[in-house]
Order: sequence, then structure tokens, then C-alpha cells
Amino acid sequence: MEVTLTVNGAPHSLDVPDNALLVEVLRERLGLTGTHVGCDTSQCGACVVHMDGCAVKSCTVLAGQADGAEVTTIEGIGTADALHPMQEAFRDCHALQCGFCTPGMIMAAIDLVKTSEDLDEQAVRDGLEGNLCRCTGYHNIVRAVLAARDNM
Amino acid sequence: MAENGTGIGAAVKRKEDMRFITGAGRYTDDIDQAGQACAVFLRSPHARATIGGIDTGAALQVPGVVAVYTGADLAADGIGDLPCGWLVKSKDGSDMIQPPHPPLAVERVNYVGEPYGLVIADSLQAARDGAEAVVADFDDLPAVVGVATADQADQLHESVPNNQCYDWELGDKVATDAAFANADHVASLDIVNNRLIPNAMEPRAAVGDYDAASGVYTLHTTSQNPHLERLVLAAFVQVAPESRLRVVSPDVGGGFGSKIFVYAEETAVIWAAGKLRRAVKWRAERSESFLADAHGRDHVTKAELALSSDGTFLGLRVKTIANMGAYLSTFASSVPTYLYGTLMAGQYKTPAIYVEVRAMFTNTAPVDAYRGAGRPEATYVVERLVETAARDLSMDLAEIRRRNFIQPEDFPYATPVALTYDTGDYEASLDKALRHIDYQGFGARRAASEANGNRRGIGFSSYIEACGLAPSQVALSLGAGVGLFESAEVRVNVTGSVTVITGSHSHGQGHETTFAQVVSDRLGIPLDDVEVVHGDTARSDYGLGTYGSRSIAVGGSALIRATDKIIAKGKKIVAHNFETTEDNIDFTDGIFAEHESNRSMAFAEVAFAAYVPANFPLDELEPGLSEKAFYDPGNFTYPAGTHICEVEIDGETGVPTIAAFVAVDDFGHVINPMIVEGQVHGGLCQGIGQALLEHGVYDDAGQLVTGSYMDYCMPRADDVPSFTVDTTVTPCTHNPLGVKGCGEAGAIGATAAVMNAVTDALGVKSLPMPATPETVWKALGSAG
Repeated sequence: MEVTLTVNGAPHSLDVPDNALLVEVLRERLGLTGTHVGCDTSQCGACVVHMDGCAVKSCTVLAGQADGAEVTTIEGIGTADALHPMQEAFRDCHALQCGFCTPGMIMAAIDLVKTSEDLDEQAVRDGLEGNLCRCTGYHNIVRAVLAARDNM
Repeated sequence: MAENGTGIGAAVKRKEDMRFITGAGRYTDDIDQAGQACAVFLRSPHARATIGGIDTGAALQVPGVVAVYTGADLAADGIGDLPCGWLVKSKDGSDMIQPPHPPLAVERVNYVGEPYGLVIADSLQAARDGAEAVVADFDDLPAVVGVATADQADQLHESVPNNQCYDWELGDKVATDAAFANADHVASLDIVNNRLIPNAMEPRAAVGDYDAASGVYTLHTTSQNPHLERLVLAAFVQVAPESRLRVVSPDVGGGFGSKIFVYAEETAVIWAAGKLRRAVKWRAERSESFLADAHGRDHVTKAELALSSDGTFLGLRVKTIANMGAYLSTFASSVPTYLYGTLMAGQYKTPAIYVEVRAMFTNTAPVDAYRGAGRPEATYVVERLVETAARDLSMDLAEIRRRNFIQPEDFPYATPVALTYDTGDYEASLDKALRHIDYQGFGARRAASEANGNRRGIGFSSYIEACGLAPSQVALSLGAGVGLFESAEVRVNVTGSVTVITGSHSHGQGHETTFAQVVSDRLGIPLDDVEVVHGDTARSDYGLGTYGSRSIAVGGSALIRATDKIIAKGKKIVAHNFETTEDNIDFTDGIFAEHESNRSMAFAEVAFAAYVPANFPLDELEPGLSEKAFYDPGNFTYPAGTHICEVEIDGETGVPTIAAFVAVDDFGHVINPMIVEGQVHGGLCQGIGQALLEHGVYDDAGQLVTGSYMDYCMPRADDVPSFTVDTTVTPCTHNPLGVKGCGEAGAIGATAAVMNAVTDALGVKSLPMPATPETVWKALGSAG
């Protein structure tokens, strides 16, 4: 099937199998390997991207469902010279170790900050419940999200 | 030690972070080779079965399928078994029994998920379709699942009577029995240390490539120790000689032990790449990680502590049955022995200790090192027992520990279980932890919880670990198959920047920053001028990788040795330039200066001079400025500390909540406190996960019932609190940085602290892990 979508501001028209997943298109067709696959079953959150402004787990979105959508991945939110405040906060707060969950965690956290009022520690913990990290114990991730909240 | 700046002791932001936060990390699954094929493994659906036959005919007809290989194909090609690298001896002096472990099962399968073949195709979809079309004829047999009764069950391996791998002992049985005979009180516990599934967030993966022109194999894989991977694949599995086998371990998304081992999958992938003369790629799905990554823990233990009436420890007796799973994984045999029995003294002067461990085979996934590896199990035994004894004798939790702690003046202290602790100050950590938790205020907090219909408990864990693995001499004498030193190379480039090549590996620990801090500090050059390279057998001479909290203690020490050689060579160069002797040259803050003169050369000038060797006396002074060192430690390092957990239990639902968690650890000198705190946080979360959430469960038929994140309860952000983390410092006495290592402490200490707190809150002697709300709720009822 033909899928037309915008990824990080660039338009793409791709011929993909009907059962192709959004994450497969991002990683394998567009070379955007910052989005990771950690569980294939929508439980770990390593694959979170933004679709039309909302956080989605791209391992459980069919490419066809993204037809016509604006997709933003970790590669599209900031650069080394101009980091997104959430990226900056993750670095400043040592909110990552192996880095594998980090792109999904950052994308989920941005969505959480944008869609929440009165975000406190417990709300951050509840809000990131869909993203697994095995390295940090979440302590510094929570600190980073609260720090970024004040800078976004 | 610098508190600011970028040197040793500074909380420098990590150099590696920029690529990870911008999506530019390069993990194995991000690597594609030209023309690569995709592999899918055929895995046993049975816990125990004989393989009658495998019909691959239909699979080979699936469009896109390139090849289907089975265990018989590997065996016919001379591919060897996956070896276990540590030979443990039984009480009677006999060697442990190591059953054959072919990479792909040939005649029989012994656990659900065991690979018996692989399908290789042009696309992953075609490989999956091909795997669906393979018809294997299994004749299933009754599974042996329970480890405690495995010796009574069907024999799994022809060479292993009673399914017993070894029956090991450590310590003085006679002295220990005598201590019990003379004791005023014996505290005893039956303990099950629950099976855990490591679950690094990056699933294992491998990309094998073969260059027919050169005959060189290149394997990119998710390994914590690429040189060991290469050694095993070359020497034992015999894929190719080391000189024609390159193993690259690029960015690795966490390991926690599970990526130390040499597995079937990368073995089959690199072999198949050679067969097909085509790159082959495999990435585990999470369900494969659950089934076929090596699991952790899984002990059944009876433990007793003999005490005098004043609470002095007299003797400790421990009897453990350890589950090896179906086969011996790479270091499985060492985990419940030399990494477990040797830690039974804990922080205490217990004079007599006797430990017996029987290792058994069952129809479950192999069990091997998982964060802490043996030491969390030992800490759990000792610290649960100590707290049980305190309750039995109505002693204060701090007091019973103080009474028995090894004191600062006792070091070096030889324990009754083969280790000699070099240094420590255990009361310092305990006291600091008591202040952080506000121990005095606990009674009031408990009363407040009870007034609200809830329960509150407090639990301590004063753990010790032996890490910085290891003195090779000791390890080899105890059965290790490899040395455990570490290598470092400091390559000064012509214009003065430095490339550091380490044999240890970073998969989240931040070595690119920490190691650069050490070199930058020693050489007096900017942190940005130091780049750290690791994880590629083509770039470093050799290395033993990262596990056992060894990287800074062993790898960092090698780095110091190499930088010392650089400084010595630099002095020679400067002395030659100044026409004096090197004794007249000092090196401070990046400047080589002549005594009692104003002549000096900056580090970069010396580097340049080294590579532009005007008039060098070549028989005394070679050009260039690049030095290597191999460091083999004189002893283990002994990080230790006290963790205190306070738990509140909902009186209605049984839900346990960690109200506060304090960890005070002595890691010796700390290179980067920010990174060290992060390591502790992560370890604590895994330790708490074991206590409250995680459990790898097989049913009676040997099916893994916790095979996904829906069934295996990983700690999530709302399951854990923010932690209070602090340190004390007694520098390690035998390595040049005075460091001890910090990677496992959190996971070693936390579990016992949590369970001590939960049982305290409930007023019960013991409770099985994990203490889920259901388990706790039932205990609430039974405890009245």
C-alpha cells in the first residue's frame, strides 16, 4: 500500500506491505534508528514517537494508520547544537545510562508535560508508567522531567 | 580529589549522552550490512522432549527463504559445544559435571525456548513464514521443574546422575557445628531466592558477516565482553581462529550480566554467515529474551545463625540448592559458589561458617550471573538472618550489627570463608544511614501509620560484596578458565589529544566519561582531548569486559599504569630535549618542567616532539608516545554499606509502598559522583523489583508463565520512590585509584532491606518473594 506521511518535517511517500508497522518504516525505510524496539508488544515504550502531536507507541501503529500524519521522532525535536529542553534536562540530570529507553522516554515525557497541569513527582511517575527503564531506577528521569517542565 | 572542574571526583556530565538523547546511538540492531539476510530461530515448545525429526522441506519452498539449519548441520560442520568457563569441584574432590551444550539442540531439547534450528531468508517476514513452515517431530517427556526435588526426578542428561552438577562446600564444618552446640540461641530461616529475568531494555542481537576475500568474520553483537566472545567462538566453538574473527560490541542497551555469556544465537549467526557467504542478522523479540536469556538467582536455602545471649554471632550454617537450569551457562557454576559462599561473613566477625551448595539441572532456561551474581543471594541470607536474630532476642537492629561488625582496626581481616577484606568502616555507613532515615523518629511514624489503619516496618541491610573481579591467580586456583586482569592503552596523538583504548566495556556505565576523567586528571589535559574506545576486538589488544563491578577497579587501574608509562616516557623526551636526565624533570598539571630552572614543555609539545624525533638517541629512546598496560589486581575490592528501607502497608489492600529508602555505600574514592549515584539508583530499583514485583515462574510442565511484560512485573516509575543516596569513604588499599566499584551495590543491598521492612511491618518471620499485594494481604490476615 501507498503511505504518505511527514516525518520530522520532511514529506515521504512510500510503498509498504499492509502489515508494516510505523516503527519499521521509521527505522528500516527512513533510517531513523533513534526509535527503538524493546518489546514488540506496546509495553516498554522504547518506540514512542509523536503522531499529530500525540505520543504513540510506534510498534503498535500500522504504517497505514499514519497515512497523512505528521510524525516526529527523537531525531526531529532538537539537535546537538539546539537541544529540546527535555533532551537538555535528561543530560543535566543524568537521566539516562545505556540510552536505549531514552528516546521513547523523552518523547513520552514531552507529551506528558504538554498535556498535564500541576505536574508533580507523583504525576510524573504515574505519567511515565508506560515506559520501562532498567538502568536508572527512574529517580533521575523524574528529576529531569520536573526540570524540563519549568523550561518548556 | 577535585569537587569541581572535570578531574577525578567531579560530577562531569557524560560525554556519551549527546548521541543517546538525539537518537544517534548505534546499537547492534541499528547496524545493517550490504545484502544481509535475516534469521529467525526455531525454539522448542516443550520443556523436555526428544527430537524425532525436523522436516525443513516446506520451509525451503517459502519465497525468500535462503537456508534452514538445524543442530545436526552445526554438529556435522564441527561446531563445538558452548562451554562453561569455571570448573567447580565437589566436596569429594571430583569435578563438576558439565553436560554437552550444543548451540542448537540435536537429539533432545531441555527447556522451552531452547533453539534447535534457524531459518534464514531475504527478509524478516520471509524468515518468520519459513519458521512457521518447519515441522519438528517432538516426543515430549515429563519436565523436571522444581529444583528442591530435582535429585529425585528423571535424569535429564546421560552424564549427570541425580541431575546434580556439583555438591560444593566452603568453611569449617566441625568448628561450625561446635559453635552451634555451644550457642544460647539459634536463629533459622528457610529462604527461596526467587528466579529473576534480567530484561535489559535492548534485546540481544547479532549481525554476522563474512568476507570471502580475506576469510575474516565480523560479528556485531550485544556483548559485555567482546574478547571473551571471540575467545570462546574461536577456541571452543571453532568458528574461526581469533586472528580472523572480529567481534564488535557497539552501543549496548544494558546488560546486568545477561550479556556476559556466549549464547547459541550469535554462534549460529556468525557460523551461518560463513556458510552462506552473506551477512546474517538476528534480533530477539522480547518473548525470546524471556525464554532464552540466562536467568538469575533461583536458590532454595536453609540458613541458621548461632548466637550467644548477648547477640554475639558464633556460627553460621547455610545449605543451598542452586538451580543451573538445563545447561551450564558461561559462568553459571561460579555464581552460587565463589560469588556466594565466600560472602557469608558479611560485615561481621562470625568466627565459624560452613556453606554447602548443591547445583542442580532442571528443564528451565540456564541460570547465570545477574546484577550482583551470588552476592545478593548471600546478602539476603545473612541480613535476613541477622534481623531474624535481632527480633528473636529483642535487640535493636543497629545494636546487633554494631556488636558484631568487623572494626576498622581489624583490617586486613581474613574471614572464615576464604576472603581477606582490605579495609572498611561499617559503623560509619550505618550511622549515616540512621541519620538519613531518622531512625529515632520511626516509632512515631509507625504509630501514625497504625492510627490510619496501616502497617509500617523498617528493615536494614548491611551488605558487603567482593568485586573488582579478580586476582587472576586466585580465580585460576579456584577453577576459572580465564585470567581476570584488564588492559588499557593510552595513545597520545601527534598534536596532544589522547585516545584511550580499554578492554572493559560500557553498556550504560559511562566509561567514556569516567575513564576520560581519570586520564585527563593524570595527564593534565582537557577532558575534551580524551576519547575512550572500547568494545572492538580489532581496536584493543585484549580485555575481559565489564561485570562484577570491575571496570574502574581493574580497568581504571590499568589506565593509571599506562598513563604512568606515558609520563615516564614524556620525561625521557623532555630530558633529551633539555640535555639533562629524566630525574631532573617533574610532571605536574600537564607541564614537564626541569628542576630549578624555568625550562618546561607542555604535554602537547612533548607529544609533538615524540612524533618528530629530532636527534633521538634511537637505541635508548624510541619515537612515538603510546603505552599499554595489563593490570591484575592483588585482591578483590570490598564495597560495603548499609541500606535502610521503610515500608508502609495498606491495611485494607495489602499494597506495600516504600515510604523511604536510604543507601549509604563505601565505594572508596569516587571518580564521578553523579554517575555513581545513578548506578546505585538503578541497582536499588532492581533489588526492590526482586523483593516486591519480579518473579520468573515455570508451571509444572516447564512452560514459562511469566514470558511477557504482562506477566513478569518489571518495576515501573510509579512502583519505586526517590532514593536518598550517600557515601562514606575508606579507600581501597591495593589499587592506585583507591576505588572499589559501584555497579552492583544497589541490587545487592536493597532486597534484604525491603523484605526485612515488609516482614517487620507484618510481624511475620518470613514471607516469600516477591511480596506482592496478594502475598502481603494474605499475611495480613494470618498475622491478625
